[in-house]
Amino acid sequence: MRLSDHRGLIFSGKIRRMKLNLAIAQIATKLGDVESNLEKHLNYIKQAKAEKADLLVFPELSLTGYVVQDLVATVAHRPTDEDPVFKHLLKASQDLDLVVGFVDEDSRHRFYIATTYLSGGRVVHVHHKVYLPTYGLFDEGRFFAWGDSVRAFDTRFGRAGLLICEDFWHASPPYLLWLDGADLMLFSSASPGRGLTDREKLESARWVERVSKAYASMFTSFVVHSNRVGYEDGLHFWGGATVNDPNGELIAQGPYFEEALTIAQLDLNQLRRTRARLPLLRDERTNLTVSELQRILQK
Amino acid sequence: MLDLTINTDVARQILTGFIKSEVTRVGYSRAILNLSGGLDSALSCALTAEALGSENVLVLRLPYHTSSPDSLEHAQLLIDKFRVQSETIDITDMVDPLIQHDPKMSDKRKGNIMARARMIALYDRSEEFKGLPIGSSNKTEILLGYTTMWGDMASAVNPIGDLYKTQVRQLSHSLEIPDVIIDKAPSADLWVGQTDEGELGFTYEEVDRLLFLIVDQRYSAQECVEEGFDENFVNSVIARMRRNQFKRMMPPIAKLSNRTIGYDFLYLRDWGT
Repeated sequence: MRLSDHRGLIFSGKIRRMKLNLAIAQIATKLGDVESNLEKHLNYIKQAKAEKADLLVFPELSLTGYVVQDLVATVAHRPTDEDPVFKHLLKASQDLDLVVGFVDEDSRHRFYIATTYLSGGRVVHVHHKVYLPTYGLFDEGRFFAWGDSVRAFDTRFGRAGLLICEDFWHASPPYLLWLDGADLMLFSSASPGRGLTDREKLESARWVERVSKAYASMFTSFVVHSNRVGYEDGLHFWGGATVNDPNGELIAQGPYFEEALTIAQLDLNQLRRTRARLPLLRDERTNLTVSELQRILQK
Repeated sequence: MLDLTINTDVARQILTGFIKSEVTRVGYSRAILNLSGGLDSALSCALTAEALGSENVLVLRLPYHTSSPDSLEHAQLLIDKFRVQSETIDITDMVDPLIQHDPKMSDKRKGNIMARARMIALYDRSEEFKGLPIGSSNKTEILLGYTTMWGDMASAVNPIGDLYKTQVRQLSHSLEIPDVIIDKAPSADLWVGQTDEGELGFTYEEVDRLLFLIVDQRYSAQECVEEGFDENFVNSVIARMRRNQFKRMMPPIAKLSNRTIGYDFLYLRDWGT
């Protein structure tokens, strides 16, 4: 049987044959040294380009380091052509798409934990972290403004969404992205390792891996997680990048605790095959959710 | 729920990475630590040698004339096993002139002087060797305040301060620290016959289980009693933890200006590195 005949038996329409070569850079950063971190970004971009990556995803606050505290105002940048950091990244995004973590300063000098999606020399989307953990070892709410939107956006690989760490510890932001059309969820973290037990993985790693897999399964979408490595004072960051496909299957994983460039080839047609089998998106009763939420909020 | 067992491979990877990162990011490649012959400093030594390479580690043996000969011997076992550089400095001549000022000086005061004399030797040799001082205080003694401020607590980085004593034992086994050091009664060896458990009035195994519930699992005192711990023991450990909070902090600075170190001048130590 010829290949075309074989395909004809299964599906007679046009299939968008689409692969995405994804790269995830789990890097260690220098705390507050944006210039040095930019240099590392450009090195990883070069490596990813050599691997023929279409999209390279960096971790949360990849340009600044995580516990920036009083450094917030001095490490902030605006993703524009004129910005001394972003002009290099925008130029690099003409070769491959980039997701970069930074401190964004708005025109009225509010500072946000942000990620941006850059492509073809343009800023396609900026996400401001909407959940700032301010408990336990975290103190983000003290230093940053809260983002107030969760939006999907179009890319050359289909519709995507960005979330940052605590954003996806809450169920609602991934759900909103799903309903807004995101088939490719790009999560980034600077997740401090904690919860050492007798098991092979830290509690924090197990939790994040569990929910990433769950979102991929429940939303029949690709879920990518990019987490940093390295140390800041006594905190360590565990890395372990993951890619889960629309079946909730892990298709790539980076190592723990060390810098790495993890490559995964995403067969975007898997979205179609999975959703033909499992029409969770088709059957999602958004109006029911909205009416029940309205009732709950009116209580 | 009450299981303090740790995955030693993961702990080892994180802690050696921590030592390497914290030493090298400040421009050092070497480290120094005091080796008492006891288990805590043995573990810090093993981790540091693994992180930086034996040739980059200097250990000091700092006996006082009443110190147990076992302490020196056990330290030597570790020096041989981990092939680190070593020096021995008798601190008796440093310590005795101050002790002789007060014939009624208590053992506790003498012990504090010895611990602080060892700190002076550590930091002095640190400067000459260009090695960062590595600490050996474990989580149990930090929480109980069973330690001398500016003495054995003094270090630039502490790789084992989030491990309870029983976890220190577990990790030490996996790093092949000699059994004779793991199995002996823990002692600060500040006076003849001193043991930690004799002085504290309970065993590390008991108190570690209790501290794990209170600190790590956020149990209330009442919930600890319901788990089977004696009420007086629970209350005394909580009181001891609270009373010793001062040892776990830098001295508070009285605020006057708009921006005060410790309150609203906030940077990690790793700032810029």
